[in-house]
Amino acid sequence: MEFEPVIGLEVHVQLNTETKIFCTCSTRFGSTPNTNVCPVCLGLPGVLPVLNQNVLKKAIQASLALNCHIASYSKFDRKHYYYPDLPKNYQISQYDLPIGYKGFLDIRNNDKTKRINITRVHMEEDAGKLIHSEKSSASFSYVDYNRTGVPLIEIVSEPDISSPAEAHRYLEVLKNRMRYIEVSDCNMEEGSLRCDANISIRPTGSKELGVKTEIKNMNSFKAVEKALEYEIKRQIEMLESKQKIKQETRLWDADKEVTTSMRSKEEAHDYRYFPEPDLVPIIVGPEWVKELKASLPQMPDEKFKQYIKKMGIPDENAYRLTAEKELALFFEKCAELYDNYKSLSNWIISEIVQYLNKHQKTIHDLKKLDPKSFVSLVKMVDKGEITSRVAKDVSTEVIEKGTDPEKIVKEKNLKQVSDVSAIDKMVDDVMAEEPDAVEKFKAGKEGVIGYLVGKVMQKSKGKANPKVVTELFRAKLK
Amino acid sequence: MSISKKEVKYVSDLSRIKLEEKELEKFTSQLDKILEYIEQLKEVDTEQVQVTSHSVELQNVVREDKKTKASLTNDEATGMAPDKEKEFFRVPRIIE
Ligand SMILES: [Zn+2]
Repeated sequence: MEFEPVIGLEVHVQLNTETKIFCTCSTRFGSTPNTNVCPVCLGLPGVLPVLNQNVLKKAIQASLALNCHIASYSKFDRKHYYYPDLPKNYQISQYDLPIGYKGFLDIRNNDKTKRINITRVHMEEDAGKLIHSEKSSASFSYVDYNRTGVPLIEIVSEPDISSPAEAHRYLEVLKNRMRYIEVSDCNMEEGSLRCDANISIRPTGSKELGVKTEIKNMNSFKAVEKALEYEIKRQIEMLESKQKIKQETRLWDADKEVTTSMRSKEEAHDYRYFPEPDLVPIIVGPEWVKELKASLPQMPDEKFKQYIKKMGIPDENAYRLTAEKELALFFEKCAELYDNYKSLSNWIISEIVQYLNKHQKTIHDLKKLDPKSFVSLVKMVDKGEITSRVAKDVSTEVIEKGTDPEKIVKEKNLKQVSDVSAIDKMVDDVMAEEPDAVEKFKAGKEGVIGYLVGKVMQKSKGKANPKVVTELFRAKLK
Repeated sequence: MSISKKEVKYVSDLSRIKLEEKELEKFTSQLDKILEYIEQLKEVDTEQVQVTSHSVELQNVVREDKKTKASLTNDEATGMAPDKEKEFFRVPRIIE
């Protein structure tokens, strides 16, 4: 029997505000434990939480970026549970009237577009951090409440995701959007984006849902994909061997690459929600929604479509350029100066993106990068004034210092040499130095020509026109 | 009876309050009386009244995203706890 997975994701995104959601403590990551705390976030008696207006604004912007409706009337509720990471014994969250509802994200997977519906987006406060000793004999755990009260939004999808790869794409699209609108940096390692997955399987085509498990503890997009792949396999094997799947929470073990049952006592999840009496309702009028909607930048998938349709850029290039807003904006600035968009996109990816990956930097770090000098570099290659090799050699200086490449080329005398008489001697020299390669070529080994051309390129410090060099070799070795 | 002994036991378990058999009996009958008293509210005709979660007519009370009050120092924060170690609050080991 064929099975298909049914997956829904719950994503927590930390909003990048200065201060916490209900008090003015700092949200800074990495402070000394228990120093960003106050009577409000520690849940001491007699305090009054007051909503941070920036949290509300960012939550609405995020909801709009996820194509959600904005609730005209929304409120906070208390969710009760007992765990030492929660000093009040309840978490202030939103229950039946979330700020955003009924949205969607369109994702592309294997050249097809699929709509993943979003059930709701709600605001809530984060819990503290528990630290456990490695030793299993230890009799204590330790608590840091700095994170308590840091603002989160929880984004709940419908079970519309039907493969681990789709889940990965959904997370990428979601993250890119949150970063475009600058409400979060969505850094999974630092915990500013967290994801839990609900997954069940059913016979392909069946309408009924199977028993689902909830997977937690995945700390990268790749881990989400792998955990889901494992869980699908596990559930299919159980059904095929006539075992019953238990509804439970399972933890992803990244080292062993398996999910294991959370063995803590299964407790009744009875959160006894009730309206938070300390916080008053939130009314959002249509004018404010309109204003915030208008303030949102163009979204990555809109840019993606525009790059492909209007600018003729290859899909993969368009996808990579639009993943980061600053990179897309840099490309657009370049495109205003030079209309060979495809060439620009290729060079930005091969030089800038690669530079960033190699040095573990973001485009924000490239303070001196200047569209004008970068465009002039690409133009020089396209016009045949310098070789690709030389362009690659000087690109680092252009990227790091914003130097005009014409100046570098002139000073270092790096112009492409296409003059046959100048190249001829180098070709002869290489033929004399590489008799074995010459023999091989004559014996019909076509591929050797690349090696020979490479030798001339080395001699010319990358300046010789590789086309002319190749033609010369072919003529001489006929 | 508005509430059973079983329910009181369930709620006390959820709230981590340990009750002896005798206390269970006592609190069940006390809670029952309280609930009965509250039940009287049901007699009010609320047909024309809109549902609300608040008794005060306030909405959108927000503050600026600015640090206006100092946080506690580590000593102040952890000092009032029954148990601490270094900068941390210390609790019985939680098994994950
Ligand atoms: Zn605080």
